[in-house]
Amino acid sequence: MNDYGPGFRRCTPINYAVFLCALTAASAALADNEAAPLNYFLHSYGPAATPTMHLGWVFVALLLAILIIVASLLAGAVFHKRPVEDFRKIGREEEGMPWIYIGTGISTCILVVLAIYSLVTLNVIAKPTHVPGLTLTVTGYDWWWKVEYENDDPARHFVTANEVHIPVGVPVLVKLKSADVIHAFWVPVLAGKTQMIPGLINQQWLEADTEGVYAGECTQYCGVQHAHMGLEVVAQNTAEFEKWRDAQRRTAPPTSAAGANAGQKIFLDQCAGCHTVRGTEAVGAHAPDLTHLNSRRMIAAGLLTNTPDHLMQWITHAQELKPGARMPSMVLTPAEASSLSAFLSTLN
Amino acid sequence: MAEAMQTAQALPAGSEGKRSGGWWGMIALIVTEGSLFGYLLFSYFYLASQTEQHWPPEGLPDLLIPGINTLILLSSSIFVWISERCIQSRQMRWSIASMALAVILGVCFVVIQLHEWNDKSYDMAANLYGSLYFTITGFHMLHVIVGLIILLLLLLWLGLGYFDNRRYAAVTIGGLYWHFVDVVWLFVFTSLYLTPYLY
Amino acid sequence: MTHNTPDLSLNRVPEMGSAPIGSAAEIRLAELWETAPGWRGWLSTVDHKTIGLRYLVTAFIFLLMGGVEALIMRLQLAGPEQNLLTPEQYNQLFTMHGITMIFLYSLPILSGFSNYLWPLMLGSRDMAFPRLNALSYWIFLFAGLFLYVSFPLGEAPNAGWFNYVPFAGLEYNTGPNIDVYALGMVLLGISTTVGSINFVVTLFRMRAPGMSISRVPILVWGTLTASVANIFAIPSVSLAFFLLWLDRRIGTHFFDVVNGGKPLLWQHLFWMFGHPWVYAVVLPAMGIVSDALPTFCRRPLVGYSAVALSTMATMLLGFGVWIHHMFATGLPTLALSFFGAASMVISIPSAVAVFAWIATIWLGRPVFNTPFLFFAGFVILFVIGGLSGVMTAAVPLDFQLNETYFIVAHLHYVLLGINVFPVIGGIYYWFPKFFGRMMNETLGKWSFWVMFIGFNLGFFPMHVAGLLGMPRRIYTYAPHMGWNMVNMITSVGSFVFALGILLFLVNVLVSLKRGALTTPNPWDAPTLEWATPSPPPAYNFAVIPIIASRHPLWEDRLDEGGGRSSLEQGYLLMEGRETLGTTSLDADPDIILKMPDDSLAPFFLGLFSALVFAGLLLHWQNFTILMVLACSLSLAAWMWPRKTLLQRVPDACEEGAAHG
Repeated sequence: MNDYGPGFRRCTPINYAVFLCALTAASAALADNEAAPLNYFLHSYGPAATPTMHLGWVFVALLLAILIIVASLLAGAVFHKRPVEDFRKIGREEEGMPWIYIGTGISTCILVVLAIYSLVTLNVIAKPTHVPGLTLTVTGYDWWWKVEYENDDPARHFVTANEVHIPVGVPVLVKLKSADVIHAFWVPVLAGKTQMIPGLINQQWLEADTEGVYAGECTQYCGVQHAHMGLEVVAQNTAEFEKWRDAQRRTAPPTSAAGANAGQKIFLDQCAGCHTVRGTEAVGAHAPDLTHLNSRRMIAAGLLTNTPDHLMQWITHAQELKPGARMPSMVLTPAEASSLSAFLSTLN
Repeated sequence: MAEAMQTAQALPAGSEGKRSGGWWGMIALIVTEGSLFGYLLFSYFYLASQTEQHWPPEGLPDLLIPGINTLILLSSSIFVWISERCIQSRQMRWSIASMALAVILGVCFVVIQLHEWNDKSYDMAANLYGSLYFTITGFHMLHVIVGLIILLLLLLWLGLGYFDNRRYAAVTIGGLYWHFVDVVWLFVFTSLYLTPYLY
Repeated sequence: MTHNTPDLSLNRVPEMGSAPIGSAAEIRLAELWETAPGWRGWLSTVDHKTIGLRYLVTAFIFLLMGGVEALIMRLQLAGPEQNLLTPEQYNQLFTMHGITMIFLYSLPILSGFSNYLWPLMLGSRDMAFPRLNALSYWIFLFAGLFLYVSFPLGEAPNAGWFNYVPFAGLEYNTGPNIDVYALGMVLLGISTTVGSINFVVTLFRMRAPGMSISRVPILVWGTLTASVANIFAIPSVSLAFFLLWLDRRIGTHFFDVVNGGKPLLWQHLFWMFGHPWVYAVVLPAMGIVSDALPTFCRRPLVGYSAVALSTMATMLLGFGVWIHHMFATGLPTLALSFFGAASMVISIPSAVAVFAWIATIWLGRPVFNTPFLFFAGFVILFVIGGLSGVMTAAVPLDFQLNETYFIVAHLHYVLLGINVFPVIGGIYYWFPKFFGRMMNETLGKWSFWVMFIGFNLGFFPMHVAGLLGMPRRIYTYAPHMGWNMVNMITSVGSFVFALGILLFLVNVLVSLKRGALTTPNPWDAPTLEWATPSPPPAYNFAVIPIIASRHPLWEDRLDEGGGRSSLEQGYLLMEGRETLGTTSLDADPDIILKMPDDSLAPFFLGLFSALVFAGLLLHWQNFTILMVLACSLSLAAWMWPRKTLLQRVPDACEEGAAHG
């Protein structure tokens, strides 16, 4: 006996229509991707990322095809016409094995091809084709990036933050360290991600084909402000890059204006515990080097564009803009604020 | 299936040796506990292989006392086995005596091991090696103590006359645990005391 | 046939016969097995059916809690730069969401099914260790409460469910939150381990005579595989959490970078457990489909042996691929190649299962009831989750996809698609067995469609968010990142999905009161649990049946030759609570097992062990020691050899009387 009752009727193929609608909706969402700076699926700008992007296209195309085939098989299985038979009749157990043999066989062949292709790609992107022309070290901090350009001559060694400049067409070796917890360095349109693990020096390489500004993000959950730990890679032609590098190596010029002098004093009193400005007595090592603050496009690890207004907002309201960040909200009188602002404006 | 029903034979009832559920449960427990020690030793070798510290901090370990202690623990296992054999041959007094001896040897192991711990110049918070050494031997010590409690209970139950040659599953099962505790010590001993000599 | 003093002889010929409802034998069985009424019975019951239902209800409540957490997060993420939650609140929410769903819902709910169904499917009167079963539930409950106590205080775990060090270390997480997580997980590990041991021993020892290993339902294979895996894998995570706790509170250095500890050790230990666990929470659910789908296709599963083998193959491979969670940690290319290839191979057994299900539907005559909809929908979600898994197994792609929303999409297709859909389908399917009433079909179909549409609407766009570069675990995002649309769609979809769950709940509540009363086998299903009345009596089977095929209730129509199972005539076994133990592979009668009576020991042992962990958390040293002593005493009392269980020799006079 069965109690199937009135629910015993066939449903319509809306099952799959709905599914396809969801797919379409998702693709529609892709439409606004032109603005998505981290879209590595459609854009890549370097030899460490492009093979992976192509691999991604092949995978997505092939896997979508498999999905459609399997979904059609399932739809066919559900809806194909059958002679009406007694409910209590039971089919034979032995039938159907060819389904498994053929289905699994074909799947295995496809997987082997995909596996080989992905291993080949892995080897292509594992190492640059020629020796890296530049080595730099990026260290993850809660929640910003320290960028060191090494040089055998200590005078030519310099440090900056949250903005990596590289010359176009040159493979760059990036050594990855962490000062506190695990972070991950990821500039998706240039290369895949690598964790930055305390006690370990990881490395990866990247290279930009064309000039441009490429966004990066921390992709290993690292605490309360993981969401606001961005960086930028600025790829420049060699001449501009050299110019930038020479400028960065300089120390801050001595201040002359009275306002800036007062501002420097406030800075040394209140900020120098954490920040460095080379050429002054500020040598703090816990926070971004500010020697060339105004050369940078963004502040607070990508949270705000670098304008004088944003800068003062950040200094006085850091804990509202980025709750939990190591930067305190400074309490400044209007006079102090304008002096400090005057001093910071000299850090070009 | 009428034929199956007619040929029904006499079956043991209750906890009968290796047919009892407890025997199977103990094997499964030993597998999972064995894995635990496997992961402990994995952690040891993983950290040891990457360390830049003195390893072990006091130089190569002295093998004499730990070696003797290993023999003591293994002989304890043998007496548990003898105790079980004596039940099978209905020598209940010998069984109790053998079990008591096993307990005494186990206690000796604990005492000597505590002495070993005491002799170390570092503790578990002093350095990485100390953390590993005391955690691994500590886990083993915990198992020895649980094992000793089991052996004491078995001794008590034997004394109360709960078991004879027809029914003694608890001794088989409890004994199995004690054998496991002893065998696992061989792995711990090899890892902590012998492998430092290899590199 | 009624006895007042049970036969306590050490060997005896088991009595055969039948015990129809209302017969003296049946009444005697009911007396023996029924739990006493009142709170005492409630706390002391060891009936696997009660425990199974408790697991189901408790795990489902955790599902709802995790779901509410998710909905709050989806409100926060519906648009850019929203301030509904502080970053810290968001981080606690996603961590608790992960912990709840992964540890407190997904395996416990399957344990619920298996606890309820195993003895019924296998033809036994209970699990191998009924008291251990109760203990496993109580510890699960207490561990769940333990993990949640700190939530209302605003001190919930906040380092993500995989809790990477050093962020989870004392230096960056000073509060009690990580201690709660660490100790709670060790406590929960005890529950999972003893539960797994119980399943494994039950399978090897408790099957009805004739139910050889090739005749057990696929759900049993799934849970067996998961349980064996748990036995090997749980110690890894328990150890990891224990070492973390030692680092935090005793001052050891396992993960302490400054003193030579290695953060990667955590990742290895966690994922050596984590990957098998992922399969442990889906294989039994796949088993639910493999067993229930054939009922609605009016034919046996295609390729039983292939599916059973693929279940085990998946798990075997599952122990060798943990590295694919660590592709981005800077391992050598050669190691990445090996583990990448291995991770691709693991989808082959899944292909076997998928084609077996499709073939079963194709060659069968589908009946479009609610459970069928859930199972057919499951197949498509399984395929999507599997294919996106293939993408993440390709190492170069994983360098990009890892830790983005693509992974979030993948794991939700896997965990919701392969776990929640079969689970809800399974509840629709077995509800009549659980409660003797049918669930409402109309409401059922509505609940399926709303869930299915909401699910795909909610989670498919997450793939796109991942491809657009959205990292997971961010509490907000800037409007210019291009993620606004996908997130809005996802948030809408998640609420639609929640509505579907709500419809299902309404259906459960309505059907409990008003559902049509049902017969023992309303779906005309083939497996043994449907041979018992709905709901089954306390003793499950009045006689232990003798099994002759894989489909005892379809034998009359499958006509495959061979013998017929004997369901009415069988082993009576009623000298106290008894059931039959059989040999591991062929299931020949081997022993008459004495089953324990209801007992308060599991409850108290569970309570005391939870208090041990509470003591550790609160640094109450003496209290902890006291509770350890209480645990030991409860265990000694529990293990004390009992005459009624024939764990020790009976007194001479008693034996004489029994023989006399």
